[in-house]
Amino acid sequence: MSELLQFLFSGVTVGAVYALVALGFTIIYNASDVVNFAQGEFVMLGGMITWFAHQAGIPLPIAAFLAISITAAIGVAMNKLAIEPARGAPIVSLIIITIGASIFLQGAAQLVFDKQIHDFPAFSGNTPIRVGGATILPQSLWVIGGALAVFVGLWIFFTRTLLGRAVLATSNNRLAAQLVGINTNFVMTLSFALSAGIGALAGVLATPITLTAYNVGIAFALKGFAGAMLGGMGNPKGALVGGFLIGLIEALTAGYLSSQYKDAAAFVVILLVLFVRPQGLFGRKSTDRV
Amino acid sequence: MTASRDTQTTLLSVEGLGISFGGLKAVNDVSFAVKPGEIVSVIGPNGAGKTTLFNMISGVYQPGAGRISLSGEEVTGMEPHLLARRGMSRTFQNLQIFQSMSVLENAISGFHLQERGSVLADLLSLPGSRRRAKAAEEGARKLLARVRLAEAADREAGNLSYGSLKRLEIARAMASQPKILLLDEPAAGCNAVETEEIDHLIAEIAASGVAILLVEHDMKMVMRISNHIVVLDHGEKIAEGDPATVSRDPAVIAAYLGAEAQTGGDHA
Ligand SMILES: Nc1ncnc2c1ncn2[C@@H]1O[C@H](COP(=O)(O)OP(=O)(O)OP(=O)(O)O)[C@@H](O)[C@H]1O
Ligand SMILES: [Mg+2]
Repeated sequence: MSELLQFLFSGVTVGAVYALVALGFTIIYNASDVVNFAQGEFVMLGGMITWFAHQAGIPLPIAAFLAISITAAIGVAMNKLAIEPARGAPIVSLIIITIGASIFLQGAAQLVFDKQIHDFPAFSGNTPIRVGGATILPQSLWVIGGALAVFVGLWIFFTRTLLGRAVLATSNNRLAAQLVGINTNFVMTLSFALSAGIGALAGVLATPITLTAYNVGIAFALKGFAGAMLGGMGNPKGALVGGFLIGLIEALTAGYLSSQYKDAAAFVVILLVLFVRPQGLFGRKSTDRV
Repeated sequence: MTASRDTQTTLLSVEGLGISFGGLKAVNDVSFAVKPGEIVSVIGPNGAGKTTLFNMISGVYQPGAGRISLSGEEVTGMEPHLLARRGMSRTFQNLQIFQSMSVLENAISGFHLQERGSVLADLLSLPGSRRRAKAAEEGARKLLARVRLAEAADREAGNLSYGSLKRLEIARAMASQPKILLLDEPAAGCNAVETEEIDHLIAEIAASGVAILLVEHDMKMVMRISNHIVVLDHGEKIAEGDPATVSRDPAVIAAYLGAEAQTGGDHA
């Protein structure tokens, strides 16, 4: 019983990270129909830049803030330099561009930083909290709280603000959005900034638990993508639930089967979703009018 | 004297506009002008380049040649959202609706420009931001009533009939309080009753001082409501004038007869 609870705790913790990555996927997908495979690199950058700044003597909160801002700027640059010039190209080409950007960011991180594994201190110490026979790290609570806070923040932004509704309008019909006066290029820029910033936040929160290195991005991208698919691509609620579910499935697979199969879990979920329910748990079947 | 008066009152002027796709000159050297409150129709056989002309004027396509000015300022190649701010609005032949939003939300979206305020004000739900949102909703409901969609306000737009969506698109375009409204086949796919409603609606909008640039295949409607008609064929302007003049023009008759001979007269 306490064993199960322990698995659940670790599942929810990694799940929260995947949920953040999945939310990042969702935002860019909604604004542009592009699945941004560089999403995992934003997580990596969040962790690596924070580590770098912190070991250079900058206090952790400021280092984290810097990492999130710089990564958001890198997201904007990626949109301006790689995606915007290719506007009008088939979506597949744009997705391949994001894969290229991902490889580039990874290579750049390897050059600018190094190839070692790094971490920085947990925010509230490392004393495990005992709950019903199992334990949870204080940092896990930071990660879970972070994912929930971002979700609520996004929900308020999209439903309560005109700018948020402009983003939704753009995702619904880009041309119609332009016609009512929405600057859809700005919406794209904003989406990349938001998405990269959220990815970096995930890296900042998770690194004390998962550690970081120049090449951790791919795994995060894969798991986050699986979460977004499972919940229904483009649906923020789906991304949140899907991300947590992937974390739980992974933790239970590692606990009851073998940790060797842990990474396969996400693949299996992607395949199952594609075969059984391509629109995901919360997605709707698309009904395009001809 | 008369010439300078003319440029002062011209709202939209198009000079030598052209665009090619591959080798095809879809629109070639087309010029005309629209004055405030005037209904100008662009007619021509299928594939004549009417929609392409609209796409250039509204900034959806970059013109390959020529210039466009709105209220005396050059706006050639300007993006649609900037043109919207300058008072240009349009509807589409193939409908561009926010399918997964409600009818009311679609109409409200048309008020986007009037609703602009800071994100912070929205988040804090400041009185100004709430007031703007309320004004937009009231305005949207009025417009929906005007196009007889008040009852459908809460339905999802994607479930509406084609004729209703055409009217919804007009309502949304009107919400931005345009100086000029471009309508691409507003009555296509509508029955006789709906066509007449749209007919009245257009006349009403023009009477309120908004200029209308209209593409429409329903000749009876075009002849009845237009002040001025521009005729395109194979991308070129072949005639221009008031309805009576244009309908007697030999080149126009030849273009239409030619088109009908080719298609077997399937849309008389
Ligand atoms: N984006 C495009 N790429 C290539 N060719 C195009 C494009 N848009 C229009 N065309 C071509 O330009 C020509 C004019 O098309 P357009 O849609 O403007 O005609 P139209 O007068 O609106 O016809 P209809 O009455 O059928 O709506 C056609 O031959 C069309 O195939
Ligand atoms: Mg057309």
